[in-house]
Amino acid sequence: MKPFRKGDGERSGLFTRRALLLAGVQGILLSALAGRLYQLQILDTQRFATLAEENRINLRLLPPSRGLIFDRTGQSLAVNRNNFRAMATSDRGRGADVLVERLDQILNLGETERGRLLRELRRSRNAQPVVVRENLGWEDVARLEFNAPDLPGVFIDLGQSRDYPEGELMSHIVGYTGRVADEDLAGRDDPVLQLATIRFGKKGVERSLEDDLRGRAGAVQVEVNAVGRVVRELDRTEGQPGSNALLTIDLDLQRFAAEKMKQHQSGSVVVLDVITGDVLVMASTPGFDPSTFARGITHSEWRDLLDNPERPLHNKAIAGVYPPGSTYKMVTALAALESKAIDPYTRLPCVGHLELGSIKFHCWLKGGHGSTNVTEAIAASCDCFFYEAARRAGVDRISDMAIRLGFGRQSELGLPGESAGNQPTRAWKQEKVGKPWQHGDTFNLGIGQGYMTSTPLQLAIMTARLANGGYEVQPNLLLAKATPREELGPPPPVSKPTAPSLRLNPQHLALIRDGMNQVVNSGLGTANALRSRDPALAFAGKTGTAQVKRITERERDMGITQDQLPWHLRHHALFVCFGPVDNPRYACAVIVEHGQAGGKTAGPIGRDVLIETMKRDPSRRSDRFRKMASR
Amino acid sequence: MSTTALDAPAPVGFAERIWRINWGLALVLTAIAGVGVLALYSAAGGRFEPWAARHAVRYGSAFVLMLVVALVHPKVWLALAWPIYIVSLALLVAVDVIGKIGMGAQRWLVIGPMQIQPSEIAKVAVILVLARYYHGLRKEQAAQFLYTLPPLMMILVVVGLVMVQPDLGTAMMVLMAGGALLFVAGVRIWMFLVAGVGAVACLPIAWSLMHEYQRKRVLTFLDPDRDPLGAGYHITQSKIAIGSGGLFGKGFLKGTQSSLNFLPEKQTDFIFTTFVEEWGMVGAFVLLALFTLVLVWGFSIAFRSQHHFGRLLALGVTAMMFLYVFINSAMVMGLLPVVGVPLPLVSNGGTAMVSVMFACGLLIGVNVYRDAQLPRTR
Repeated sequence: MKPFRKGDGERSGLFTRRALLLAGVQGILLSALAGRLYQLQILDTQRFATLAEENRINLRLLPPSRGLIFDRTGQSLAVNRNNFRAMATSDRGRGADVLVERLDQILNLGETERGRLLRELRRSRNAQPVVVRENLGWEDVARLEFNAPDLPGVFIDLGQSRDYPEGELMSHIVGYTGRVADEDLAGRDDPVLQLATIRFGKKGVERSLEDDLRGRAGAVQVEVNAVGRVVRELDRTEGQPGSNALLTIDLDLQRFAAEKMKQHQSGSVVVLDVITGDVLVMASTPGFDPSTFARGITHSEWRDLLDNPERPLHNKAIAGVYPPGSTYKMVTALAALESKAIDPYTRLPCVGHLELGSIKFHCWLKGGHGSTNVTEAIAASCDCFFYEAARRAGVDRISDMAIRLGFGRQSELGLPGESAGNQPTRAWKQEKVGKPWQHGDTFNLGIGQGYMTSTPLQLAIMTARLANGGYEVQPNLLLAKATPREELGPPPPVSKPTAPSLRLNPQHLALIRDGMNQVVNSGLGTANALRSRDPALAFAGKTGTAQVKRITERERDMGITQDQLPWHLRHHALFVCFGPVDNPRYACAVIVEHGQAGGKTAGPIGRDVLIETMKRDPSRRSDRFRKMASR
Repeated sequence: MSTTALDAPAPVGFAERIWRINWGLALVLTAIAGVGVLALYSAAGGRFEPWAARHAVRYGSAFVLMLVVALVHPKVWLALAWPIYIVSLALLVAVDVIGKIGMGAQRWLVIGPMQIQPSEIAKVAVILVLARYYHGLRKEQAAQFLYTLPPLMMILVVVGLVMVQPDLGTAMMVLMAGGALLFVAGVRIWMFLVAGVGAVACLPIAWSLMHEYQRKRVLTFLDPDRDPLGAGYHITQSKIAIGSGGLFGKGFLKGTQSSLNFLPEKQTDFIFTTFVEEWGMVGAFVLLALFTLVLVWGFSIAFRSQHHFGRLLALGVTAMMFLYVFINSAMVMGLLPVVGVPLPLVSNGGTAMVSVMFACGLLIGVNVYRDAQLPRTR
């Protein structure tokens, strides 16, 4: 036996024992692995299978195409245009920095856009894509496609963006769309609003008809890989496009009215159908170009619009508030008649002014009108008559009548941004001014001055309610809506008002209308120069000149004329009218901001627009509706 | 043990040596590599390129290497143990220095057309040098504390050099494989207890020495939901893949987690997941059973060796094999932190394949020369 063998038996024994122990430990550990596999693959397999599916399958919403908007004759006001946009899905929030850096090199994003993109990529849930840039040109598309391998998660998407063919002309009515803001989500849990590409109505009809125009989202189930690239489509549910809308606006008339307004800096024209309340014209000048909002407005463009003294973003027809001036006198007259404060035969004197204590209330005619009854007072617009009539009727009855005729509250038009104007009452003055109502306030209210303000739309509503025999018509912009384009068409003409009656004495209404008739068609009238030569197109109206700034006694003595004042201090010119005079169908209200005198500046516009409306007669002639060219 | 082997060792011919090669074990190894080809084929989306074909070719040449190594007499290895160990230390130092200059973790050296990973060589070198050391000791000596110090140094030097690369996974493997060898060589149990207590006491120090990403891995392991999209992403996605495979798997080439790239490192460290997602628990058990067969073979070769060097060598190789398999699969199942340990013969990667097959060659060599008479070296 060799020496090295000595003791090997003992060593071998120890080795064997310990090696077996080691093998045992290894066996136990391997069993632990088997146990873990059992736990993962048998006990919890359901949960992990679900997680794997959630990884793999991505539910993507298909944005519905937004409903189109037409005028009542079928001309396009808002259409959808194809739009190539670059989209990006975050690699689960990772790699976003690098991605944005590379996109910046290719598309020149700029500082603010980079920040926005980074924020949205990190916030994006379920790998929902976010918009990198809209309205890509071919060159950008080509560059992105060429660099695709370096841009994981970026893809080009063919979407739609909004286009407004009539531009500025319809800007206030149609409005525009923009990205969904947090406040837009309130009360709406439509999942489509989570889509980065969806646009939400911000102004005008785009806003008021938002829930009709939007449509319902479709959904597509796609298999995606870890960086969110679509591998294949698994299932698809089509959505429903938004309703198309036919507006009550007559585009040709609207253009005609806007054309007439062009000679003045700033103002508004509203034409209503007195039976249905259809808004046929609603012009506010100047307007703005809605395409700047569609493509994304720059900060400086936005500032320019905001700082412009003519306030182009403002829809003056519903948001502009002015003292109604003499156009309010019908309200005072009607309130006095209905409350029996005066009767049709009451004659009131006018010597050019009325004194209340130490204060002098002037009539616009220096020498005074002498004695007038209510129709003559309306025709000549005698201030003294209405001071006294207002005093007799009292503020409560006047305010009550004004509210019934549509003042002091928002209409049911539905456009965002509509002002309620201000119909002052005793309670209102006590609360807002902190002083009790004075007789002088009643005098001022009687001629539509002082605390009283209204919108052009409210003036048109008042005129319509006087003209239609005292029915509470509400203005309305939507003529019809339908999802399939071929079902979209105007409803059959209506000849009787369906709105509830205001229960006014028809005799009193006839007196008021007669007064308005005489304004235009009698030699006494303040707007006799405007009368129509064609008896079929005869109309009635009322002029108004609203003070912007009180005329002091000194100015009155010095004989300062309006032309000598700076533009923004001159009187507003107002005119309301309806026609045809014997069977009223259309009412019109015009305001020319700082236009000095109602009869001279606002009157001709009101006459031209109203006569053009009567000629075209859009409410009774639906034959002008043209089938929209289907695309 | 038969008496003939003890008394008159008959000269063994070359044919007999060939016959003694564990062809069954070679078959099992080939089956495992076959699983690797299958999984890599699937990981590439049903293509042989870029991994599966190369894996097969690489295995072929490594198989030849294994047979050559198996036929080398153990006395050669006994003589080469120290030189190999010294060379591997030198290479480790070289890679650390270059890594420092290159500012970052570097684990390989480029020599001519070859890329070698010194830590892979070091694993085998430590086993060789420890086996040689204890081959020369008597049982009483092996039990003594003083005699335990040199092997401890041999292990810790390598562990330290690997740690600074930094390569936590390999360092742990060397430490545990070395520990296993010390254990079977007869080091007293109390020393292991003391070392264990000491290790626990040193945990805070180790924590402070760890790199940020290593700490993150440990924290993530303790609570994968801490950061499911960041550091916990690997573990979470791997568990989802394994779990969703179920009993029979999703079917060959139908694994969604790997084909859609939710699974990271699907062709290297997470190849087990790729395979198990498609073949289910059945597939996982078959693969683990194949590895268990290798371990059983390893132990039996160790038991049958008539020289201590062979025993220790065989056991060291077996322990290393076990650690590879256990650490890798426990890691992908979320039982251990994510450390870069591949699954031997299945994961894509050249150096690990060569070192594993080299080690298997040593193992089979022990069987081929189980009755060799080795001098007692000092």
